Amino acid sequence: MKNSPLSRRLISAPYLIWAAIFIVVPLIFVVYYSLIDANGAFTWENIKAIPDYSDIMLNSIWLGFVATIISLLISYPLAYIMARATKNVQRTMMMLVMLPMWMNLLIRTYSLMILLQDTGIINALLGALHLSNLHMINTRGAVILGMVYNYIPYMILPLYSIMSKMDYGLIEAAHDLGANKLTVLRKIILPLSMPGIASGFTMVFVPSVSTFYISKKLGGSTFALIGDLIEIQFKSANNYNLGASLSLVLMVLILISIAIMNHFTGDDDDGGVLI
Amino acid sequence: MKKVLIALVSALLLFCFAATAAAYEDEDWYKGREGEVINVFNWGEYISDEYSDEDGYIDVNKEFEKLTGIKVNYVTFESNEDMYAKIKNGGASYDIIIPSDYMIERMIAEGLLQKLDVTKLPNYHYIDDQYKNLYYDPDNAYSVPYNVGMVGLIYNTKMVTETPTSWNVLWDSQYIGQILMIDNPRDAFAIPQKILGQSFNTADQSDWEAAAKMLIQQKPLLQGYVMDEVFNKMETGEAAMVPYYVGDYIVMKENNEDLAFVYPKEGVNIFVDAICIPKTAKHYDAAMKYINFLMDPEVALANAWYIGYASPNTAVLEDADYAEEMGTDQYLYPDAAHMPKVEYFHNLPQETLTLMSELWNDVKAAGDIPVRVYVGFAATAAVIVIYAVTKAVQKRRREHWYDFPEQ
Repeated sequence: MKNSPLSRRLISAPYLIWAAIFIVVPLIFVVYYSLIDANGAFTWENIKAIPDYSDIMLNSIWLGFVATIISLLISYPLAYIMARATKNVQRTMMMLVMLPMWMNLLIRTYSLMILLQDTGIINALLGALHLSNLHMINTRGAVILGMVYNYIPYMILPLYSIMSKMDYGLIEAAHDLGANKLTVLRKIILPLSMPGIASGFTMVFVPSVSTFYISKKLGGSTFALIGDLIEIQFKSANNYNLGASLSLVLMVLILISIAIMNHFTGDDDDGGVLI
Repeated sequence: MKKVLIALVSALLLFCFAATAAAYEDEDWYKGREGEVINVFNWGEYISDEYSDEDGYIDVNKEFEKLTGIKVNYVTFESNEDMYAKIKNGGASYDIIIPSDYMIERMIAEGLLQKLDVTKLPNYHYIDDQYKNLYYDPDNAYSVPYNVGMVGLIYNTKMVTETPTSWNVLWDSQYIGQILMIDNPRDAFAIPQKILGQSFNTADQSDWEAAAKMLIQQKPLLQGYVMDEVFNKMETGEAAMVPYYVGDYIVMKENNEDLAFVYPKEGVNIFVDAICIPKTAKHYDAAMKYINFLMDPEVALANAWYIGYASPNTAVLEDADYAEEMGTDQYLYPDAAHMPKVEYFHNLPQETLTLMSELWNDVKAAGDIPVRVYVGFAATAAVIVIYAVTKAVQKRRREHWYDFPEQ
């Protein structure tokens, strides 16, 4: 039953090598590039330039946050219904959740752009019904919609997996003891599903904050997100150093959000579950 | 019935035969590199890649593969800067790239291009002399011209009632939300530079700053910054105007009759895109065959029809159909009377390039975020703090409760 240290090390070796090459080394490069200038000399300039872009960062975080909350509100009831459904229904619903992910994100976003345009399909339909046009494209709402649409499966899946493992005896017991539905949700279901919420939250929040394609196509790129800014550094400005320092900020943001999320789950594991 | 069928089939066969049996010059010259793979790195929408007898298109890469047995691995880029970053930082090795003039000048200066011997190319004599020995490659040692074009203003006549003559219309607030801007720094800065009467190649910091200021002022009026999605936006009438390349206007016009074009009076950018071989290329000989193939009259003509840019290939304008339909186009091949004020982009000194990128960052980052974002942040932070505090209080109470019997 107990692995010897050697065999354990051997088994974990492939992943450790993978992580070293594709996770640790790139991270070191990001840090290294953010601390040098174009000629390779040490400088703090790239880090000092970060506050110039604080508005963009706030904006990105806010849009990502709103998108994550909306995804959570949509996914939570759905995941619960899925988890309580019969096996066959579960399989079908899972398929429906996964289906859009078989298409590339770029194609999905581009199609969304064509749907939302002033001359797009939705407005053409509205026009045919003699309703007034809706201006949707190039707004903050369109960007949030794009984020929710693209990343919602990452919210549904962890929620569903945690809810399908939930002990429904607890819910029945709570009902037996006279708890009403709201109390059951608040005191049983919500605390038990907290780890799912936390992982869903990070899995939607992180790509939403760092996206550049969605904001570019649906936001018309008249307002930039932090991802756009990083993309410009690498693609047109050819300033890898500023790009690296902005990426560093993004990583710190993500670490902070994960820490906050862990705090939420950690807190509840202590005992909130049973009371 | 059977006869009809046979006639149909034979007609079809004949059609296929006619479509594929285009004759190329010096077909034997292309032999000898079978089985190699070349990586071609070109602009998006910049090669004829489908067959159509009616429109005169051929699939250039497929034809090249058929003729030479060399496989073409075709990849596209959206801007010179994008392409430059990929070449400069190694990684992928391309055998053919098609940058614009100023970028060729920069890449030669940085030693990123390989010399190519044009005397070895049988079709080189088709290149018009006026596109040889240009400033970026005075000895024709690194590049072979592929297309020539200018930047002008494309506008939708249904949405823009007047006939614009000046770049200033892009700053006209009555078109708020309908203006598109070109999404690469050099072309975007070029517009305010001409309004301000500057040269594209100014090294004066205050000139660039003034141009950046104008771009920031323009931002609230914009629908967005675009590159290849401009086709969709202009063809569907989603946007009213955009500064873009003349060849792309010709293509868009085919899909939307309402579009019109003008070379604004302040002056425009003229450019030559030319075929080069990067230093890191691994298949020089196969790449040379590709370059020669692109200059073949049949291929150049198909490309000229498909891409819609002016061709530096003399054989193209000798084609009667093309000369009649496109050769007389006053925007594509303007005569002296229609020729606008033009200026080439030159490579900029490193400090100016750095300045331009910084200013471009400022332009992209400009714009106020709504107050509600700050309010939202404050509210969320408050909720988190209140939650954490109540939890902490609860926990202490609970601990207190549990501790009690022990005391």
